[in-house]
Amino acid sequence: MVENNSNGDQSPEEMVTLDEKGQFLEQTVPGILSSYEIEIGRSSDTLALIIDSKDLLNIFGILKHDPQTFFDFLVCISVVDYIEYIQIVYHLLSTTKQHKLVVKANLGVDNPAISSLTSLWLGADWFEREGHDLFGVVFEGHPNLEPLLLYEGFEGHPGLKSYPLPEYKEW
Amino acid sequence: MVNMGPQHPSTHGVFRMVMAVDGEVVVDVEPHIGYLHRGSEKLSENELYVQVVTLFDRLDYISNLNNEMVFCRTVEKLMGLEIPERAEYIRVILCELNRVASHLLFFGTFGLDAGAMTPVMYTFREREKIQSMFEMVTGARMMHNYIRIGGVKNDIPDDFHRRMHELISELRKGIDEADQLLSFNEIFLARTKGIGIISAEKAINYGMTGPSLRASGVPMDIRKDEPYSVYDRFEFGIPIGENGDCWDRYYVRVEEMRQSMKIIEQALDQIPEGPTITPTRLVLRPPKGEVYVRGENPRGELGVYLVSDGADRPYRVKVRPPSFCNLMAIKELIKDTYIADSVVILGSLDIVLGEVDR
Repeated sequence: MVENNSNGDQSPEEMVTLDEKGQFLEQTVPGILSSYEIEIGRSSDTLALIIDSKDLLNIFGILKHDPQTFFDFLVCISVVDYIEYIQIVYHLLSTTKQHKLVVKANLGVDNPAISSLTSLWLGADWFEREGHDLFGVVFEGHPNLEPLLLYEGFEGHPGLKSYPLPEYKEW
Repeated sequence: MVNMGPQHPSTHGVFRMVMAVDGEVVVDVEPHIGYLHRGSEKLSENELYVQVVTLFDRLDYISNLNNEMVFCRTVEKLMGLEIPERAEYIRVILCELNRVASHLLFFGTFGLDAGAMTPVMYTFREREKIQSMFEMVTGARMMHNYIRIGGVKNDIPDDFHRRMHELISELRKGIDEADQLLSFNEIFLARTKGIGIISAEKAINYGMTGPSLRASGVPMDIRKDEPYSVYDRFEFGIPIGENGDCWDRYYVRVEEMRQSMKIIEQALDQIPEGPTITPTRLVLRPPKGEVYVRGENPRGELGVYLVSDGADRPYRVKVRPPSFCNLMAIKELIKDTYIADSVVILGSLDIVLGEVDR
């Protein structure tokens, strides 16, 4: 899985140095999450964690409530289709400490499923519905995974790379 | 059950709410979006980087320049591209001007939502002057495609400074006029004060940003927290509200217009001479990698998560639209209010459906 990841992460020699807050997180986060398997990388100039999707809720619970990290703001949930696997990318921010973190979880292409974060952040609601709509990712425990952007009865998941884009035609 | 929209004059676009009502009180609301979904993110994956800028124009069509700027900054960060200082200043001036234009539109339509017919005449008169200014600089009233990767399309016209100073003083007068007309009007206060209250914790939990969050008393502004471009060189304040009600959300924006004009004036004084664009190839191939860039739009944080695989087209573009996140809180805000107030509450969030649906 690490090998495949070259799409998203830069190789060590290109790694950008983190700012002070990033370095602080780099030192503290592995300690806080010592009981989980995490992999530390970079997303541009931000610290990135790659976690196992089954630990998702626990890890986010800790990151949100631990006084050292206190990530109270879920900025964005993105789904990226890397063809061999699907990656869910969470951008976190702390409004009081002003530090940022990127958390990634990789899912298989067949029936991708991951826990929903709606119990921690109400703001995860529509991002997850969108992810379900466009990429077919099932967010387990989401109260209402009905189509959000697409109409009811739409077939297929247009966000996926395998979904064809209609050829451009002159009218 | 009451259905509002998708073609309702006060939904500011194509947005539908299904409200369960008990008499006049809304007990539950189900928002429906997606009527304007054009698949901008998917389209971006199939366009050259320079072409994607035009798609970003069409997200939040009230503040086009701010959108362009965020996307261009994303690509520039990925490529490590340096921007000429003059271009940065031009960008800041125009983006702040766009913020004023956007808030003026909000001012007028919010007045309409609350039943005041006159303010919209005043604010649209002022907004028209800004649009003419944009036309003079960029060649278009909307969908400018003026901010390019590496700088801006062309230099500002010769008499730009003189015209800008004139415009600013006119705007100041116009905004004060409209402010006096609406802000402390008794009926308007009765319609907006104490309506649609959201606490700071709840607002953060919903991911609200921009004026809607600041109205709840959270001084979060990316221009201050994580200064991009040349924002660290200007002195300006961040207006915040106290109660997080509709009136606060409204008045934060009014104050923000004044701060924006302060920024513009400082930028006009400081702007250096020099080139306005770092020449780049037409077909850009940024290095492999990913980047997330945030920018303070009139409506809040616009974020772009860009993944590049080294090709001439982006591998994935994910937009974090501010209206999308602000609108999520509508369920919380409208519950247990009157049907008539739901229109005011929706108006106070200042959504643009173009970026909600993308």
